[in-house]
Amino acid sequence: MLSFDKPAINMKDLSKSFGEHSILKNLNFEIPKNKIVTILGFSGAGKSTLLKHMLGLLTPTSGSISVLGQNLEELEEDELRHFRQNFGMLFQYAALFDSLSTYENVAFPLREFTKLTEEEIFLRVQDLLTSVGLEESSYYKLPSELSGGMRKRVGLARALALNPRIMLYDEPTTGLDPITTKMVNDLIVSMAEKNKDRGMTSVIISHDVKASLSISDFIAFLDRGSIVEYLPASEFAKSENELVKRFINL
Amino acid sequence: MENVKKRNFLLARIERLGASIIEAVEGLGRISHFAGRVFYWMFKRPYRTKLLINQLYFVGNKSIFICCLAGSFTGMVMAYQTYFGFKIINVDSLVGPVVALTLAKELAPVLAGLIVAGRAGAAMAAQIGTMKVTEQVDALEVMGISSIQYLAVPRVIATTIALPMLTGLYLFVGNAGSVLVGTKALMIDEAIYLNKLGEFMFMADIWQGLIKATVFGFVISLVATYFGFQVRSGAEGVGKGTNLAVVWGMISVLVLDYFLTSFLVHIL
Ligand SMILES: Nc1ncnc2c1ncn2[C@@H]1O[C@H](COP(=O)(O)OP(=O)(O)O)[C@@H](O)[C@H]1O
Ligand SMILES: [Mg+2]
Repeated sequence: MLSFDKPAINMKDLSKSFGEHSILKNLNFEIPKNKIVTILGFSGAGKSTLLKHMLGLLTPTSGSISVLGQNLEELEEDELRHFRQNFGMLFQYAALFDSLSTYENVAFPLREFTKLTEEEIFLRVQDLLTSVGLEESSYYKLPSELSGGMRKRVGLARALALNPRIMLYDEPTTGLDPITTKMVNDLIVSMAEKNKDRGMTSVIISHDVKASLSISDFIAFLDRGSIVEYLPASEFAKSENELVKRFINL
Repeated sequence: MENVKKRNFLLARIERLGASIIEAVEGLGRISHFAGRVFYWMFKRPYRTKLLINQLYFVGNKSIFICCLAGSFTGMVMAYQTYFGFKIINVDSLVGPVVALTLAKELAPVLAGLIVAGRAGAAMAAQIGTMKVTEQVDALEVMGISSIQYLAVPRVIATTIALPMLTGLYLFVGNAGSVLVGTKALMIDEAIYLNKLGEFMFMADIWQGLIKATVFGFVISLVATYFGFQVRSGAEGVGKGTNLAVVWGMISVLVLDYFLTSFLVHIL
């Protein structure tokens, strides 16, 4: 299994069961800083559950998880909530607040967690929305008036508003048409590039093998709660693992 | 053979009964736990005044018209029904206070409660349920914002404040309706009508209704937000959650009304 110096996320013997169902099994899994790492796996493999552990939304049944050197178990609830500001997350359907406009959605975390003035907020929102390719004509539209691709852009801008150290993408391209899929993948790469100097790690959950091979630095394969393969993206296609071979040729 | 069959049948029924009792107790436990979390977040900063005002407007202001409409007709019909009963024994001068007391202690809080459970309770469960299935609730939590504090607390406080006010309004409008029907349609002397009202109606009666309404408001919104958060999947789930919120909101009002009555008559 790959190992890194000072990983962004470090799981040690992490297991999770819901009742009698063992969902994650004894994971030893490190995610390196400032890289793009994709976790592939069949539906139901436990990918979203894994993501929720990174966020501290779920706690392991046994074992531990550290994020940016902090063992999540040692944090009180309030500290944990505060700690989550290190994360940005793009949800599968963007999860925009449907009563708020594009502008207000992106301004939301800024209003909640910073003391910026209205003017500063405007500049920051404008900057973020421009970087994901949205023009001023969509600033005051409600999410219901936006296309799926545009919603993704807004969701991404909102996730990046507080300069997260770790960006999480839960199936960012599932259910999108090929053109929008390409757009989202390009955005993931360009956001990672743009935030490289600052230091930003990207974790993507996906079952799109082809895109993962081209945009990731490392790829892990999660099967029924175990990481069965973890390689640099350039070597992943040559994996000897039967399951991985089958998944790639699907 | 026949006996064994009979016994199995009986056992199965008892088992099912037991299962539904356990389920009900578990449900009560979960909702109490939810109530505890709502309380915990109610007193923690940041206080979300803007959200609270929005909810007060939605639960309160937007229910004014329908409460006035329902209230006036309740008062009018009560005046009629009471009059024809009382006339037989020649106490028709007491129509005013009887209608007023019934309204104050029972009808205003219960009917306003049912209206709010149907209108606002349904909307709350639908809003939160939709936010749940579209991952907006998760989005809040990922940002480190408590969804209970952001979504449930303003709704619960707003309904707890708004329902007694709506009940007061219901009572006032209902009495206006009853005075109107009593003096204009049933020709009871206006001076006698108002005089008797003053003679038999006390602040304690009004308090009883307002206290009930406060409890109803709290429980209705608690139940509605709880079922909103319970929604797990899809539009179907939202519909089901909304339905449960209304049904249990209304049942809670009717059941609590009995217990509150039996309690309040002793202390007021
Ligand atoms: N809160 C939960 N309670 C019980 N089972 C759960 C819960 N969350 C997920 N699971 C189960 O864990 C398994 C993995 O789910 P998930 O992590 O969502 O998979 P993936 O994202 O890879 O499709 C599924 O079988 C799911 O039913
Ligand atoms: Mg998933």
